[in-house]
Amino acid sequence: MNKVINDFSIIVGTKNGSGSSTANNTILRAIFKMGIPVSGKNLFPSNIQGLPTWYTIRASKDGYLGRRETNEIVIAINPDSFMRDLESVAPGGAFYYADNIKLPISRTDIAIYPMPIKELTKNDPNIPADYRDLVGNMVYVGVLAQMIGIDVEKIQAALDFHFKGKQKPIGMNMGAVHAGIEWAKANLEKKDPYYLEHMDKTEGMIMADGNTAAAIGSVFGGAQFVAWYPITPATSLAEAMNDYFPMLRKREDGKHTYAVVQAEDELAAIGMAVGAGWSGLRSMTSTSGPGLSLMTEFVGLAYYAEIPVVIWDIQRIGPSTGLPTRTSQADLSFVVGMGHGDSDSIVLMPGDMNECFEFGWRSFDIAERIQTPVIVLSDLDMGMNQWMSKPFEYPTAPMDRGKVLFEKDLEELKGNWGRYLDKDGDGIAYRTFPGNKHPMSSYFTRGTGHDEYAKYTEDGGMFHRNMMRLKKKFVTAKQYVPKPVTFLTPGAKIAILAYGSTESAIIEARDLLVSQHGIKADFMRVRAVPFTSEVDEFIRNYDQVFVVEMNRDGQLHQLISLAYPDQVSKLKSVAFGDGMPASAKWILEGILSQYTEPAKASPVKKVAVKKAVVKKAAAKKAAPKKKTPAKTAKTTKSGKKGAK
Amino acid sequence: MAGAPANLNLAGLSKNDYRGNPTTLCQGCGHNSIANQIVAAMYEMNVVPENVAKFSGIGCSSKSPTYFMSRSFGFNSLHGRMPSIATGALFGDHRLKGIGVSGDGDSASIGMGQFKHVMRRNLNMIYIIENNGVYGLTKGQFSATAERGLSLKKQGVNPYMPVDICMEALVSSATFIARSFAGNPKQVKELLKAAFAHRGIAVLDIISPCVTFNNQDNAYHSYAWGKDHEEPLHDITYIAPRSEIILEEEMKDGEVREVAMHDGSTIILKNLEQDYNPTDRFQALRVLEEAHQNNWLATGLIYVNPEKPALADTYNLVDTPLNRLTDVDLRPAPEMIEKINALMF
Ligand SMILES: Cc1ncc(C[n+]2csc(CCOP(=O)(O)OP(=O)(O)O)c2C)c(N)n1
Ligand code: SF4
Repeated sequence: MNKVINDFSIIVGTKNGSGSSTANNTILRAIFKMGIPVSGKNLFPSNIQGLPTWYTIRASKDGYLGRRETNEIVIAINPDSFMRDLESVAPGGAFYYADNIKLPISRTDIAIYPMPIKELTKNDPNIPADYRDLVGNMVYVGVLAQMIGIDVEKIQAALDFHFKGKQKPIGMNMGAVHAGIEWAKANLEKKDPYYLEHMDKTEGMIMADGNTAAAIGSVFGGAQFVAWYPITPATSLAEAMNDYFPMLRKREDGKHTYAVVQAEDELAAIGMAVGAGWSGLRSMTSTSGPGLSLMTEFVGLAYYAEIPVVIWDIQRIGPSTGLPTRTSQADLSFVVGMGHGDSDSIVLMPGDMNECFEFGWRSFDIAERIQTPVIVLSDLDMGMNQWMSKPFEYPTAPMDRGKVLFEKDLEELKGNWGRYLDKDGDGIAYRTFPGNKHPMSSYFTRGTGHDEYAKYTEDGGMFHRNMMRLKKKFVTAKQYVPKPVTFLTPGAKIAILAYGSTESAIIEARDLLVSQHGIKADFMRVRAVPFTSEVDEFIRNYDQVFVVEMNRDGQLHQLISLAYPDQVSKLKSVAFGDGMPASAKWILEGILSQYTEPAKASPVKKVAVKKAVVKKAAAKKAAPKKKTPAKTAKTTKSGKKGAK
Repeated sequence: MAGAPANLNLAGLSKNDYRGNPTTLCQGCGHNSIANQIVAAMYEMNVVPENVAKFSGIGCSSKSPTYFMSRSFGFNSLHGRMPSIATGALFGDHRLKGIGVSGDGDSASIGMGQFKHVMRRNLNMIYIIENNGVYGLTKGQFSATAERGLSLKKQGVNPYMPVDICMEALVSSATFIARSFAGNPKQVKELLKAAFAHRGIAVLDIISPCVTFNNQDNAYHSYAWGKDHEEPLHDITYIAPRSEIILEEEMKDGEVREVAMHDGSTIILKNLEQDYNPTDRFQALRVLEEAHQNNWLATGLIYVNPEKPALADTYNLVDTPLNRLTDVDLRPAPEMIEKINALMF
């Protein structure tokens, strides 16, 4: 049997609330510490305790971090999902199960490994009775370690980290791991081909989830006010702010430069955030679809009243509860025109941990510069799952507080200013903050019609002029929003366009297109609305552009079509939304199902692609010496990373 | 040097400095006289307008902030959402005092949730509800404070029980609750002063008749009804901090009670009807319930608790207003990034 090394997926089927997350995270972290590119995804139900839940771990020597639809190794701990789990093992794969589950096993095409989890923990005098089930999870970590070759030292390191060095729980859990190892050594015979071996592809990398990255980035961005209301999958973002503010903004006098308020609902959360933005604070909230819809009226007001505020939307799928613990990219259409009447939103779309961090700080700069709400579209897969990433990078630009007048500025102007006066011709006027002591500093903010000096008016001409100025701000905004990231391959005639968390699955699908079908595709990941000129130039270079996204209707496809109507005929929508993180499989199939063989001599003249931002794959950066298939040798990279 | 000219107050300002734009409300609307009393009270209190921020929701009442104190920042926000806007905004500069103006539709219908939550948060703001029992701006629908059985032209007869704003404030742990009547400007003014001196939320439920849509003589919120049924709890006089007044502990009929305000100033309450102690929540509940049963309009300071910290005080904020902090205070030092990355496994 040929060994398969560092290229397979593990799925653990347990019950929600059974405490398996420590065990699963330990496996993930240990593999990461072995230098093997790895990703972990929690596929969990909307339930606190009892329902089946799965954790998938993908080890990929090639650095593919997207979800795979096949699992070579299945660990079944939950009797309720046992039969389904058994079915799901890929032919030739391995099935580990807790041997207290007495259900028939009829498959003969896979390796079967029973594990006496209950027995082993029952006999350990070091484990108190009520911790047995919890610690029992570590037995399968031990068994797996023995069978596929997880480095025990790395398991120890993972537990040290998890328990922050506390010896008692570490010892107890390591005991169970060793019990699993010893038992497997004595009783199991390896009958499957899956093994792990050390690599050097994660050196210098970190592991993080997007919500934590966003929270920390926001603190580095000088966040001062957070108002929020709990909703999965956004909750952990605000909670992480609570965790990191005290540490990162510690002062000698022990006083706070920030406030976090848990509001009574999303109406109040956004109201408070808008109020704080109005009064000059770097203000934010985090939510998901249902909460976002409650925020709509305020976002419309903030757009019109020109108030900076940052709103993180960690997308989930469906209305009301929908599938609240499943991921999605279905809020884009909603957020771009969020508000009522003529409205525009600046939308930022991070695609990895580093960008969650970066957009954490950058979003404030943009919101304050343009004086408008900025919506950051993340999703559950990015927000709540663990991703390996380049380390966070300290903000590359000083804070941009935009156009603000304090007392001395008003003194110089002799109090002569208008809140909505477009002095600089970029659509953006100057503002003052409440508390300003200059007698001419104040102005009245309203949703009603107003003139350049913030005075009430219902004059139609004035209203129209004001709306045109607001539009101008969005043209100005293009020079401040992050530019797209581009992956190029010489000779590519088609292209993929996408945003957000689908990047890793697309990179994999793109490699499969070449290796299995000989089709080369360039790839652009859009990072903001309004679209910058790079998007336009990119689309014009190909005869087919596949717009890939996780929703039903192809929302990005629609938006691109509206932005570039003369390009519509070449745009093809590859949209799919079932709540699961994107996989290379559906992307590949989606592209192939609409792909048309180009005519021999393509009439499309290739214009030199402007040096857009070109991103290096995460794994690549860590191990610069070795080329990964994720970036074939032919892949060109140009430009430098970074957004204005 | 002689003292300030007679028409200037101790802040060096004339009454004009406290005025706003000319009103666009109906002539005779109760809301106008309340705006006038705000001007008078702030002038007499020597308030610096830049130290005040004005907030409102949507309605005729919510237009009022335009009609007083043009030198103060103002935010006319969304229907029923004034409390949240004010909450966030006052974090910008914790030294600011908020003056919020809302209507009964704005606060007791669409905004009931935010109304009650801002009570329990004890935001440092005067929260005026210009209560007329109807929606003025949308032309005469019932609001949640309309009494049962009231009939309006296009609406028929109101079948529901009214919301008592003071009662709602009290059960939501408001720290200052008073009721008055727009037709009693002196009391409105004195209550405004007391409310201004209170650090925390100060609810003023001011019956403010809508002359256009709800002024039938027998309606609860009409002038005629108000004048007949007004039942003052006590006379209330504001005395500036300079004068020290010492009062006895117990209050009997006809006696006075002093309540110390947060800023060291004091209000004196003259108890008319009974041995009323506005610091006693239980008494406050009883007075409201009695008024309800007797169909009275109990006016005056119903409840006050000057001890509870205001919202911003519970956040241990730096002395400098948050909205004056700069990069140095707000952005962690470069070396923190390594520390953070090390924490990310
Ligand atoms: C979300 C929303 N719904 C409805 C309205 C329409 N509206 C404007 S004012 C108002 C009622 C105001 O009544 P009240 O607060 O009692 O103030 P009054 O005009 O009586 O002073 C309504 C329903 C609105 N502006 N916004
Ligand atoms: S409609 Fe009623 S509430 Fe509105 S301004 Fe006129 S009198 Fe006042």
